[in-house]
Amino acid sequence: MLKCVPYYILLFFICVSCSNKNVDTYVPTSSPLKIPQLFQDNILSPVVPTNNPQTIEGIALGKKLFFDPILSADNTQACADCHAPENAFSDTDRFSDGIDGFFSNRNAMPLFNLAWNYDEKFFWDGRVFSLEHQAFQPVTDPLEMHNTWMQVEQKLQQNSEYPNLFEQAFGTSTIDSSLVTKAIAQFERTLISSNSKFDKHLLGEATLTSEELNGFNVFMDETKGDCFHCHGSDKNPLWTDNMFHNNGLDATITDLGLGEITGDPADNGKFKSPSLRNLTFTAPYMHDGRFATIDEVINHYSEGLQNSPTIDPLMKKVAQGGVQLSAQDKADLKAFLLTLSDYEFINNSDFKNL
Amino acid sequence: MQRIVHILIFSLITLLSCTSDNDDTISQANATFNFSHNWDASAVTNTDFNTIQYTNANGEQLSITKLRYLISSITFQKSDGEIFILDGYNLVDVTNNTNLSFTPITTIPTGSYSKVSFTFGFNNDANYNGNYSDLNSTSWSVPAMLGGGYHFMQLEGKFIDNTTTETGYAYHTIRAVDNSGTTQEFEDTFFEVDLGAVTITNNAVFEIDMNIAEWFKNPNAWDLNVLNNTLMPNFNAQILMFENGQNVFSLNTINQ
Ligand code: HEC
Ligand code: HEC
Repeated sequence: MLKCVPYYILLFFICVSCSNKNVDTYVPTSSPLKIPQLFQDNILSPVVPTNNPQTIEGIALGKKLFFDPILSADNTQACADCHAPENAFSDTDRFSDGIDGFFSNRNAMPLFNLAWNYDEKFFWDGRVFSLEHQAFQPVTDPLEMHNTWMQVEQKLQQNSEYPNLFEQAFGTSTIDSSLVTKAIAQFERTLISSNSKFDKHLLGEATLTSEELNGFNVFMDETKGDCFHCHGSDKNPLWTDNMFHNNGLDATITDLGLGEITGDPADNGKFKSPSLRNLTFTAPYMHDGRFATIDEVINHYSEGLQNSPTIDPLMKKVAQGGVQLSAQDKADLKAFLLTLSDYEFINNSDFKNL
Repeated sequence: MQRIVHILIFSLITLLSCTSDNDDTISQANATFNFSHNWDASAVTNTDFNTIQYTNANGEQLSITKLRYLISSITFQKSDGEIFILDGYNLVDVTNNTNLSFTPITTIPTGSYSKVSFTFGFNNDANYNGNYSDLNSTSWSVPAMLGGGYHFMQLEGKFIDNTTTETGYAYHTIRAVDNSGTTQEFEDTFFEVDLGAVTITNNAVFEIDMNIAEWFKNPNAWDLNVLNNTLMPNFNAQILMFENGQNVFSLNTINQ
């Protein structure tokens, strides 16, 4: 072992001499994601691509871009218009209004804990892989910001602040679309929600009421709500499986969802299970925002299920309309669901345009 | 100059001697376990999912929409009683065509073994004394009200019920728990799958088959009209599943 020491010393000098040559290469300040304890204890690490590490400068730039209407064709719409911080980065409108006044047929999705979507399939139908790729879409979507990337790059390049900010974030002031999406993705990965009352209950820092506790039991009980197979649990604090299911909304499926993307009829009517965190702020619910309240959602699972060929086998008692919860269990289930809302998240100044 | 030639020759010989090593017999071997699936001998992969095309012993026509299951504690036992338990567990996911092959990181010495086996599910120690982030992340845990721990299998699909309606079934196996009394009563439902004796001469690949039809057949002809859903808290159903599981697995071949 000791024999090796001179070699290590030599190696050390070689390394040092190498890095000396590069002293003038700018490196932005690394800012790894702060992983919440419950996530650390229970689930796998977040997905951060090696070619887009989190940095202070990149996150700050991504945040500025996220709130800046400069990305839209007529400078009127920012990402945040449809993804508002006070609504856990979703939209209170059933269908969001693009810059030309057109509406899509989908409800804007809330944005949080996106780095823990391990399969990296984004949108209700999973049509885009990775957050970086996702950010390309809204800018050019004719129903949304309806811009061209060439125009965005030009506008940002001519702006008095952006070239310098890109220099700081990526070591180049030449702005291109992939750097724009990298910065936005870095910001989006910082949107971590982990401080709900239920999280604090699990950490022993808050006490649930007996109604809330019973509601959790309804959620976990296969003979009652049986929600945990798709929507997480105390062991999966994401409160979603990030997978695709048909939860029995329609007898006749018009929006094919995942089926449109895979081309497999067995996937028709399947949509990504949304996280049940932050429901207090994210109404309306479902891919088409059809339910205005949590009560309507619970009634759907209790009595309103519609049969169709692709309905998930876990949607049981379809013939009777669903799991048939008592009025008390419904009220308690709702009380529990509300404990998953994270007020610290929506009030976090790091996530607001100040 | 001459010295360099020497060094070159020397390194060449070293390199050659290294590669020829592989032809020699090895003393430590890797064991790989491949899992294939069939319905009474006709092969089943995820491309066969979602179509009602199988008939179970009780006569119901059915499809499979999801199949994943946990295996653990791969064990090699010598005739003198010495035991090698390979680290790790594997969640075979037929739906997503992943983890159909499992090579534990621990190797085993070559030689004769009187018995090779694995556990379907988790034994109680593994089930309750570990918190597995990969399994939690894929929503594999069992609610605390059912004792906690993990699922052993999730087999789901549709069947034609006795009113000719297409109905979902969720055949989920866990450790059986009876919640009807004041204290929870448990009964073990993990089981050992005995693959028999083997002589390991090289890295070995075990080809394991699961006959899915067996889950509905032996010794209990499974009536999906009665037992299709909410089976996790159903103590008796868990025992029936455990009994039917005994002949589900078989060893096809070992390649080495
Ligand atoms: C006009 C409203 C609108 C604007 C502007 C908008 N979005 Fe969205 N966003 C939506 C809608 C609607 C969906 C769901 C669409 C679907 O699934 O088909 C969505 C989905 C997403 C998702 C997927 C989340 C998930 O969990 O899969 C991300 C990420 C996202 N948007 C980020 C952005 C970013 C970044 C911008 C700005 C560059 C942006 N959005 C601008 C309406 C908008
Ligand atoms: C088979 C999987 C599955 C089960 C079980 C399930 N859900 Fe869902 N849930 C989904 C899917 C998929 C969606 C989105 C469907 C869509 O928009 O088309 C959804 C949507 C929701 C939403 C709307 C969230 C939003 O942001 O729009 C709520 C709330 C919800 N479920 C609560 C529950 C409750 C409570 C239970 C138990 C009574 C339950 N779910 C059982 C899969 C499931």
